[in-house]
Amino acid sequence: MKPIFEYTKGMTDMPTHYCPGCTHGIAHRLIMEVLDEMGALGKTIGVAPIGCSVMAHQYMNVDMCEAAHGRAPAVASGIRRVHPDKIVFTYQGDGDLASIGTGEIVHAAVRGEKFTTFFINNGIYGMTGGQMAPTTLIGQKSTTSQDGRSKELNGMPIKMSEMLASIDGAVYVERVALDSPAHIRQAKKAIRKAFEIQKKGLGFTLIEFLSTCPTNWGMTPVKALDWVRNNVMPYYPIGVIKEPKEAEEA
Amino acid sequence: MRSFKLVFRADRCKGCELCRNACPKGVIGMAPQVNAKGYHPACAVNQEACIGCQSCALMCPDGVITIYQLEEGDQ
Repeated sequence: MKPIFEYTKGMTDMPTHYCPGCTHGIAHRLIMEVLDEMGALGKTIGVAPIGCSVMAHQYMNVDMCEAAHGRAPAVASGIRRVHPDKIVFTYQGDGDLASIGTGEIVHAAVRGEKFTTFFINNGIYGMTGGQMAPTTLIGQKSTTSQDGRSKELNGMPIKMSEMLASIDGAVYVERVALDSPAHIRQAKKAIRKAFEIQKKGLGFTLIEFLSTCPTNWGMTPVKALDWVRNNVMPYYPIGVIKEPKEAEEA
Repeated sequence: MRSFKLVFRADRCKGCELCRNACPKGVIGMAPQVNAKGYHPACAVNQEACIGCQSCALMCPDGVITIYQLEEGDQ
């Protein structure tokens, strides 16, 4: 009897505190599986954000550092400059990256900092109780947009990946979804590619994960995945937004 | 024909049913009893139908599922 799928040793054995069906667990596991396959668990430094994933350093079996709200890119910039031989990543939600941390992520990309950012986009503030985020869709209900987000009042949801891809320092930007096994396999390939590009030192890399928040969306986990497919993916299309020519040749 | 064995760590399961939803062969069901967290954990109700596609394990957010391929001589 040989195992064909085991929980990666890149994750600690501690059960996560995430709600049932939260895709944070899938994103954590994918990143750690890739690092394990690259043999880089001992050569990686992660930066955890503020938000539901504030405890990510308890679950990811690599050296990690905690950053103030939205400031993970600034902390990661420093770590990567001091440890140019290490793989450095930040793991940030949409409240962290697209709202309070917009300045940090934009300027990290402008400087072409050689770390990878994993951007978990579920369109809502999870930890604080389901408030509207910059990425909340038009018409989507949250505790601070009870009749649904309106374009007149709140503007259109921000497409961070497209915005960051327009910056020269960002060399690889891809949006992936965690709604089905096929898309999860694609996401894992994207993570691998981002780390390979980081190792080559080409510049800033970002992977956006379309994720769910069943609790604050008020849906079952399975319905939340359907909602991602039917409502989120039409506005945030998945796929490569920007990639370096060097990677295409390699 | 290759056969597979699913092992669930029921104590970690939060009963989100993503694995059951992902399984193309209806192998997975939810146990009638609850685990220590108070959730109905996933379990294999139709083990023989498993094709080893790993969809359930890919979807599981909580590291519940391990999949083994059975070799000759295994029970």
